[in-house]
Amino acid sequence: MSAERLKIALVGNPNSGKSSVFNHLTGLNQKIGNFPGVTVEKKSGMTILPDGSAAEIIDLPGIYSLYPRSLDERIVSEILLDHASPLCPDKVVVIADATNLKRSLLLLTQITDLGMPTVLALNMMDLVARAGISYDLHALSNELGIPVVPINARKGSGIDELKNVISKPIEVPGKNVFNIYPDLKLAVQSVRDRFQLDNDYEAYQFLQQPASLKFLNDEGREFLRNVSDTYGFFPGKFQGAEAIHRYTFIQTLLDRVVLKAADLPWKKHTSAIDRVLTHRVWGYLIFFAILFLIFQSIFAWAEVPMDLIDSGFAAISEYFGKILPNTMLTRLLTEGVIPGIGGIIIFVPQIAILFAFIALLEESGYMARVVFLMDKIMRKFGLNGKSVVPLMSGVACAIPAIMATRTIDNWKERTITIFVTPLMSCSARLPVFTILVALVVPDKFVLGVFSLQGLALMGLYLLGFAAAMLTALVMKYLVRVKERSYLLMELPAYRWPKWSNIGYTIVEKTKTFVLEAGKVILAISIVLWVLASYGPGEKFEHAREHVLNESANLRLTPEGLESRVAAYKLEHSYAGIIGKGIEPVIKPLGFDWKIGIALVTSFAAREVFVGTMATIYSIGSDDNQTIKDRMREEINPETGGPRFTPATAFSLLVFYTFAMQCMSTLAIVYRETKGWKWPLLQLAYMSALAYISSFAVFQLLS
Amino acid sequence: MKPGEVAIISGFSDELLSVKLLEMGCLPGAPVRFNFTAPLGDPICISVLGYELSLRLEEAATISILN
Repeated sequence: MSAERLKIALVGNPNSGKSSVFNHLTGLNQKIGNFPGVTVEKKSGMTILPDGSAAEIIDLPGIYSLYPRSLDERIVSEILLDHASPLCPDKVVVIADATNLKRSLLLLTQITDLGMPTVLALNMMDLVARAGISYDLHALSNELGIPVVPINARKGSGIDELKNVISKPIEVPGKNVFNIYPDLKLAVQSVRDRFQLDNDYEAYQFLQQPASLKFLNDEGREFLRNVSDTYGFFPGKFQGAEAIHRYTFIQTLLDRVVLKAADLPWKKHTSAIDRVLTHRVWGYLIFFAILFLIFQSIFAWAEVPMDLIDSGFAAISEYFGKILPNTMLTRLLTEGVIPGIGGIIIFVPQIAILFAFIALLEESGYMARVVFLMDKIMRKFGLNGKSVVPLMSGVACAIPAIMATRTIDNWKERTITIFVTPLMSCSARLPVFTILVALVVPDKFVLGVFSLQGLALMGLYLLGFAAAMLTALVMKYLVRVKERSYLLMELPAYRWPKWSNIGYTIVEKTKTFVLEAGKVILAISIVLWVLASYGPGEKFEHAREHVLNESANLRLTPEGLESRVAAYKLEHSYAGIIGKGIEPVIKPLGFDWKIGIALVTSFAAREVFVGTMATIYSIGSDDNQTIKDRMREEINPETGGPRFTPATAFSLLVFYTFAMQCMSTLAIVYRETKGWKWPLLQLAYMSALAYISSFAVFQLLS
Repeated sequence: MKPGEVAIISGFSDELLSVKLLEMGCLPGAPVRFNFTAPLGDPICISVLGYELSLRLEEAATISILN
């Protein structure tokens, strides 16, 4: 045992300051992963105890009781009850909001009844002093039979003392707060014998929540069912009575340890702010102003770093292209791998800014009010007030947005949110929108102030949003589940955000994005590079000779010749062949094989569209033209008119608004829903929606 | 109840929901204050056990009170 590292779990109510304690204990020494088999994010980290040994700290989801309300919360019971699991902690630190000790003690007494060595960390002691409350901590520790450490996680005070207490052996209180009812004694005893448990309450938990305990095999479950049937028990029975029993004990305890109660029974300061922020007019106005500010920042502040990353990676590619010999491997590196990595890193500024705002709203307590404001509206569409955050995030990138759905307890509402989030126009669609809108919408102003192009762009965002909401509405009636939807959410007191916590959130989310999405984007961009750089047969291999023959009469500059060779190669590459292959399918939408190539290459990531267009339309044009000009001059051989008529361009715009052209999103949906069912349905639905809408748009306009 | 009013919780009419409400501190005999409603009338915000809890109207309706 001594050779193994001590494992310590942090448990506490939501908003008890658990993540601040975790950040203080572990610093940047954190690891984000998943609990095995479930999608709950597992945060763990290392800390050094005063005796010099290292301990692993595991941050568990915030809960109010051992009886779980959502799938995510089940993990806490599972980890605490599965002694065979490598994750099962040696000691538990319960973090309690000391201004609301009564509610926190419910969870604490459940954990001590399990027989786990437990420390109570009383957080927010500064607020306790300010509220005029005073506790006899010695009496509290004696009554509970466990160590009690006062801390202030915002300032970091008390953390050293907490580490000190953790490193010493901790006594388990001799008697339980809640005793099993006599009728169930025999049932509990048989469970104890069967699973070799050394604690009544632990065995009782096996009977109460067999569904949470994933480590049980079918036989174990069957055994629990039989025991329950024999003794007339069922999971959930007596849970209310248990809560009342515990609160009675806690009230008696508090009567002895509270030296002075709060001066004011109801919080004044928070309710004054709430009067404005949840006002029927101001509440929504402020919320939309904040949304507007976030979108402005995502697009305005991220532009400079994104341009820098873009040109930086281009420079790196060029540099390696020069110093390395011109081999296939070099080209794979400079045309496939480096731009592939660049394609991931370029989204980091937007994701960092977005999560900075979301963390700020969460830390300050405002996010709970957004949920409060939006719940009724969202519920009409089969969503939940908590769906607002993912939908908002979806405008930057669907990947972190889908990860943000974990806060939604209800399975149905969460699945619908995941399903519709990719319809929100993400930032990767923006370059495609910009170029096509500029191509077909005149650069004019209506009413003097509104730019037509700007309105068209906004219309596309609204189109995506409307599609997301309507899809949710349809799904509300299609997905049938019996699970009840709860809100029951604490509205935490407003607080100044703790900047270091926001910093940790940004680092953590960005890291997850780069690692999770990055793998897929990188792999696909390499595959696409191969498809676009290689082709079968003589035409691809002798592209240069063919171009020279065809353009013998033109006086081409060396660059002009090179771009023609590149375009000729692309036409005869595997990607080009696929593009020609799908031409019959996409013709009714107004697309030709050249657009087909762009559709194929942008399957992995939409923003590739512009680059592909740049290469492919270098055929038959002068050298110093922009992509836009080249696209404008492209002639449709069947009509003799321009290729990009308004009908084709709008059809393409609608296609890009709806189509699921993002491998990384599919990968994340697979991970979050634990199966291929939802990502495949999503792919099929969005492709069908894109195809049918584009078809309708093209046929109507042409 | 009207916003601003205080009452005493007497019991619950929904078995399943009552466990959650009890765990969140809505105890029989405890005072509860109706603070305000969301702009669209639902959900609502109540104070219980010294903190603010938001819940939907249909959830709040399962709490019986003594006046």
